[in-house]
Amino acid sequence: METLSAQQNLSRLRWQCRRGMLELDLFLSGFLNNTYSQLDHRQQQIFEDILGLPDQTLLEYLLGQNQPDDKDIAHVIQQIRNSAGPHA
Amino acid sequence: MKIPKRKFDVLVIGAGGGGLRGSLQLAQAEASVAVVSKVFPTRSHTVAAQGGMNAALANVLPDNWHWHMYDTVKGSDYLGDQDAIEYMCRAASKIVIEMEHFGVPFSRLENGKIYQRPFGGQSQNFGGDQAARTCAAADRTGHAILHSLYQQNIRAKTHFFDEFFAIDLIKDDEGFILGAVVLEIETGEPMLIEAKTTLLATGGAGQLFRTNTNAHINTGDGLAMALRAGVPLQDMEFFQFHPTGIAGKGMLISEAARGEGGYLVNKDGERFMERYAPHAKDLASRDVVSRSISIEVLEGRGCGPSGDYVHLKLDHLKREVLDKKLPAICESIRTFLGVEPATDLIPVYPTAHYTMGGIPTNRHGQVVVPVSTGEEPIPGLYAVGECACVSVHGANRLGGNSLLDIVVFGRAAGNDIVNFLQENRYHRPMSEESVESALGRLARWDQKGKGEPVDTIRRELQAVMEKYCGVFRNEDILSEGLGKVLEIEQRMSQVRLQDHSRIFNTARIEAMELENLIDIAVATVTSALARKESRGAHSRTDYPDRDDQNWLKHTLYYKDTRRLDYKPVKLKPITVESFPPKERVY
Repeated sequence: METLSAQQNLSRLRWQCRRGMLELDLFLSGFLNNTYSQLDHRQQQIFEDILGLPDQTLLEYLLGQNQPDDKDIAHVIQQIRNSAGPHA
Repeated sequence: MKIPKRKFDVLVIGAGGGGLRGSLQLAQAEASVAVVSKVFPTRSHTVAAQGGMNAALANVLPDNWHWHMYDTVKGSDYLGDQDAIEYMCRAASKIVIEMEHFGVPFSRLENGKIYQRPFGGQSQNFGGDQAARTCAAADRTGHAILHSLYQQNIRAKTHFFDEFFAIDLIKDDEGFILGAVVLEIETGEPMLIEAKTTLLATGGAGQLFRTNTNAHINTGDGLAMALRAGVPLQDMEFFQFHPTGIAGKGMLISEAARGEGGYLVNKDGERFMERYAPHAKDLASRDVVSRSISIEVLEGRGCGPSGDYVHLKLDHLKREVLDKKLPAICESIRTFLGVEPATDLIPVYPTAHYTMGGIPTNRHGQVVVPVSTGEEPIPGLYAVGECACVSVHGANRLGGNSLLDIVVFGRAAGNDIVNFLQENRYHRPMSEESVESALGRLARWDQKGKGEPVDTIRRELQAVMEKYCGVFRNEDILSEGLGKVLEIEQRMSQVRLQDHSRIFNTARIEAMELENLIDIAVATVTSALARKESRGAHSRTDYPDRDDQNWLKHTLYYKDTRRLDYKPVKLKPITVESFPPKERVY
């Protein structure tokens, strides 16, 4: 696979945000559209790692039922949580 | 056009619970099986099924598969096929135990037996007291089932094509289905998967409606592929609106919330379900509760500044109980609504949830079409789960019966395909014409120029379906709705993509998903307009009563001429007496 352009990479991530649950679609697509571009390169990489998590684990993190051990992951999870909510 | 080709005994399209249970049965029988999934398999919508799976284990209250059968027939408003329902309810207990052996960690009672919770529409002794029939792995039953089946498939060496989108089925002149043309999303390149048998397990089409509980992937791809292959869709007018979606947003608050003691109130604080269903109250069947909520709102007893929803009350339950029994539901309410379920009321409204209709099959999972002598299978084509209409849910599905449906009939289809493969040992000659036709569907999106964006049309379609084909319908509303859907279909031919690249061109996938939704929308509204009665989820204000004399029959919609046909409901079970239609009271 050749190196992806920025646009192709964004499309790849957009597909990774397609999940089995509406809640995750809303959390992740919303964050990708509104906040992802403002992250630094390292945080963007962490967001990609987060997309690799199983749906249920991700839902538990994003609903605050469980905390990731990794502080960096926890930080980006909190940013995704902040971007959702009643007024999103 | 020459495209890469792969050959398998069986092609399974869709990697939710139905597809994976089918593929597992086949892989274990040493068939070569390919599973194509547009997302990574464990991201299929089965993962979202929170509530559980029905089986008359009688671990909490007395129970019997025959009572389960009665409830399912009654819940279906007598439109369910009683042979398939008997088969499913009889198999349920064995299937739950089998799923446990596959690794599903069902919640336990203190005595070590599998925990069972009460759900809507469940009764003891043919309509008596509430039953407790739903087996759950906390509130992540679907997740547990999906992951267990995926692991079992990996072990059985099922071949997965992850992030491949199925474009169309391949059919030869004699009507055999020979596989499908699929698209690798990463490279944007098409591929032909030849198979002696194809199993459609692509799930439902909740994205037809603006407010729905479904993941964005639920665009009914298999239903539309079947339509284009000349297969009719059955009973599409029956779309389930779940009573308790978060108002205006769609997130599902599972029936488990009412099973654990939650109930609905109107703006006066009245527990209004006592009026509509004095016996079952808030645990009446979903169609009944959804209609009751809609009536409360229509008659001015809705809550909130616009009076357009009702409240779900959980605040009489202790926070510890809520957090233990309904953890994800409570957190979802806190996150998306910013309210505390232990102290605040929750705004809910009926929300599009489940496609009862679908690709007509018999109880072996074979796709069947009517012929003069009855019906006959389409050789090489099977369907299971929400995309299929077997029909165990009839006009209304009971909670806890969808996970059961996918696992029971996924397994049954797998077994029947094994027999089919023994009699059909070789791949048939490929139909190049059919392959070209599928590729034409893809090439259409290479057209350049100005046109409306896909997003705009999708949003309009969803709004039209919600407004004109929602909980309550009538002739005028549906006729207007059909006109609007057909106009959208016309406009679709003018849509152009701006991005014509290949790699990860998700815009092209979304355009093909929208084409699928439009085909299904036409089927749904056409079927709904024709059915002049109220039954289950199909509620006509101009024909408020069920009409068994004229309408105790399944609808079949064909795409080619938009014609409708009908076939009888199978009222005869396999071994027991039929449950004749009677008034449905909860």
